Amino acid sequence: MARALVNIPKTARRGDVIEIRTLISHEMETGYRPGPNGVLLPRDIITRFTCTYNGVEVFSAELFPAMSANPYLVFTTVASESGTIALTWTGDNGFSQTETATIEVA
Amino acid sequence: MRLPGAAALTLLLASPLGAEIRPDERRSDFHQMSPETRAMQTDDTANPGMLAVLDGEALWRAKAGPAGRSCADCHGDARITMRGVAARYPAWNAARGTPVGLAGQIDICRADRQGISAWPAESRERLAVTAYVAHQSRGMPISPPGDPEMAAARERGGRLFTARMGQLDLACAACHDDNWGKRLGGTPIPQAHPVGYPIYRLEWQAVGSLQRRLRNCLSGVRAEPFPYDAPELIELEAFLMQRAAGLPIETPAVRP
Repeated sequence: MARALVNIPKTARRGDVIEIRTLISHEMETGYRPGPNGVLLPRDIITRFTCTYNGVEVFSAELFPAMSANPYLVFTTVASESGTIALTWTGDNGFSQTETATIEVA
Repeated sequence: MRLPGAAALTLLLASPLGAEIRPDERRSDFHQMSPETRAMQTDDTANPGMLAVLDGEALWRAKAGPAGRSCADCHGDARITMRGVAARYPAWNAARGTPVGLAGQIDICRADRQGISAWPAESRERLAVTAYVAHQSRGMPISPPGDPEMAAARERGGRLFTARMGQLDLACAACHDDNWGKRLGGTPIPQAHPVGYPIYRLEWQAVGSLQRRLRNCLSGVRAEPFPYDAPELIELEAFLMQRAAGLPIETPAVRP
């Protein structure tokens, strides 16, 4: 399991725009880089990131080899109701990781 | 007449290196970074070095070796027992009769207490535990130990710092004492204080040690880099920590 740092406000007022910050540990090996033996290292990147808010997708991103290692993604959404925010990263070699957080909307 | 100009150039090239940075002018390279990079370092949820610190925390508690012992079994809660430790390293190791850096001390602990081999230099695990231990000293002033043996090591490190080397015939001091604050190409020249190691360097896209950074500079002046954990690198580190005495630790720092 890769290590991830997620920053989601625990509470918000209804209608507030909230900022979600995510950082995940991943090599993001481009597939263009030769290893010590001169042979290209196979590509190993995260290809997709999605954020669902109570099961509804509110943000998604496609990632490509030009993305840095340990990708840092920041985006905003509107706090509509209390519930669960789930963040999922998927990628090469079956990489898949989900982090969840709960938010209290008053 | 071009002679006076040529004579002046010769004088510049041959001139001895300037004085050290005045203590009141010493400051972390943090202040020369862009606002974006500074914000990345100060926000623990945006600082990618924190991923290494979290890895280190897990390794600190992981039992290893034939004795099945973890770092925490001897040292307990690192937040208390490791506070201020990184500010004192490199330190004199009387049993071995050498100065030892923080990562070197972790190697010694693994050999003597856990009975297992050291992690390779720049391995993820070694950097992670070093970052975790050093992170406990964040905000504390660098305070090098006063052992007389360390003074001798520091003096050797200081001689290396001012020795011109490599095909470009540059000493560390030629940039970092004499020309800090100016630019080399497009890059600001920092004072080069080792306040935040292991650092997350954006150019590396990874966490790396001070030794990796020193080896970078050595190959930059076209000198042959000292191998990892060479006594010269430890002595340079000891000198640099003395030079940075009083500046607060920033581990894990982010650097461009």
